[in-house]
Amino acid sequence: MKKIVQIENVGQTFEVTQNRKKGRFTALRDISLDIHEGESVSLIGHSGCGKSTLLNLIAGLTRPTSGVMLCNGREIAGPGPERAVVFQNHSLLPWLTCFDNVHLAVERVFAATEGRAQLRQRTRDALALVGLSHAEGKYPHEISGGMKQRVGIARALSMQPRILLMDEPFGALDALTRANLQDELMKILAATRATMVMVTHDVDEAVLLSDRVVMLTNGPAATIGEILEVGLERPRDRLALAHDPQFGECRAALMEFLYQKQLRVAA
Amino acid sequence: MSVAATMNRSGSAGADEAPTVVPMEAKKPEKAAGAPVSVAGGSDGGGRAGEWLRALVRAVLPPLLGVALLIGVWHVATLGGGGIPSPGKTWDAAVVLFSDPFYREGPNDQGIGWNVLESLKRVGIGFGIAALIGIPAGFLLGRFALLARMMNPVISLLRPVSPLAWLPIGLLVFQRADPAATWTIFICSIWPMILNTAQGVTRVPQDYLNVARVLNLSEWKVFTKILFPAVLPYMLTGIRLSIGTAWLVIVAAEMLTGGVGIGFWVWDEWNNLKVEHIIIAIFVIGIVGLILEQMLMLVARRFSYENR
Repeated sequence: MKKIVQIENVGQTFEVTQNRKKGRFTALRDISLDIHEGESVSLIGHSGCGKSTLLNLIAGLTRPTSGVMLCNGREIAGPGPERAVVFQNHSLLPWLTCFDNVHLAVERVFAATEGRAQLRQRTRDALALVGLSHAEGKYPHEISGGMKQRVGIARALSMQPRILLMDEPFGALDALTRANLQDELMKILAATRATMVMVTHDVDEAVLLSDRVVMLTNGPAATIGEILEVGLERPRDRLALAHDPQFGECRAALMEFLYQKQLRVAA
Repeated sequence: MSVAATMNRSGSAGADEAPTVVPMEAKKPEKAAGAPVSVAGGSDGGGRAGEWLRALVRAVLPPLLGVALLIGVWHVATLGGGGIPSPGKTWDAAVVLFSDPFYREGPNDQGIGWNVLESLKRVGIGFGIAALIGIPAGFLLGRFALLARMMNPVISLLRPVSPLAWLPIGLLVFQRADPAATWTIFICSIWPMILNTAQGVTRVPQDYLNVARVLNLSEWKVFTKILFPAVLPYMLTGIRLSIGTAWLVIVAAEMLTGGVGIGFWVWDEWNNLKVEHIIIAIFVIGIVGLILEQMLMLVARRFSYENR
């Protein structure tokens, strides 16, 4: 499989000012990870361990202080349309309708090559993909949290990205909505064959959705502790998996890492 | 504000309007107090009408009592004679005055309506130019930190200066009274607009800016789709503060510059020793200021996204 993202010895330190004293805070160190085309990878770890920092680095929102990050063999110098991001808090613009929120992304990527009608069709297709055709004229404050997150996913997918980067996309949703969206996400990923990198703190979600789960050690100066290969067959069915011994083993491995090896003393 | 309330924006605005309109009706307390009583007698038994009436009374009664208290104190204070005219005498003068607010007899003797309109025109021009310059300047200051660090000491230095101190400069530069008054309005309206717009720009949620970066939006799109709508509520606050100050300052400026205008009119009536006219002018200035404020509040509510 072709490598789409290569992360080599990446570290991230921030300049911080605390009590008027300048200091350095090392968030990440020595991260090396390859992500292959079509693969689903989860980043899991305790809160504050720098999983979102790593995702932002891949997105190009921040630059690493050391190491090399490549996407498609080229250095990641900033955000690009081949790497779409779904934010934790949906980040829809409240003054635009669902349609216009998605259209904004479509326009940016395809306006140079396609006509108005095609752009509008792309927007509608993206909303249809997440099952929200009926809500395209609504404003974000008029729809539920789950629907907002779907629009966020539609916005990301509408750019036809090579990689979908998701920062705890379902973290703020209730358990039933979350399960529903996880199932839909699996279908969408299977249909579009997109690569996905997802930050999560939910063990079940990580196992269910990923081919590999990357476990980060506790911060500060977090790094990759272990990587779990999830060999479960696709398509995956959450009901059948509930009694699957392999699913249980994966779960147990993650739990062991999170709650034994990396148990937070202070937490 | 709840989702339901914002979804039906026109409805909620209408409901909120009732209490805000009340102070403007303060001019006719006797009539307003008399009318509901007779209506209540007529529609006895109409449950919904009664409910509506009670709500109206609840909304209207306290402000009316406040105004009545003001007029009462005023009346008592003028019982012992002195220079201040009593409420009754002022009312009589107002009836005469407002029977023909738009007469013209020479440049220095015009109806109160013309004077108010002339002042509003000056405020409009001065304020309009200030908005044209102040709002873009605010955007620049908010977007470029270096510019903000450059200009902040200058603004801090000039902002507390009374706008009237700028009047002689205006007279010197423009050589005429009228543009000098407009210039004073310009100077006093520009600071709140610059500062509020700049603050709005720096407070645009990082999430929205991240969206802009991830989508790789052009500067123009960032401005029209993200910055402008996000800053609009702050901008409107600046505009509201500016209009309020401008309306305060115009009266003083016109007293000094003369010509036609409500401020000049006050001064003229003082020279004529018609004190009841000055009191009427105070009410008129207050009511016009209130209307300006409420109009902008209505606009601001329309564009407020923070409560959603």
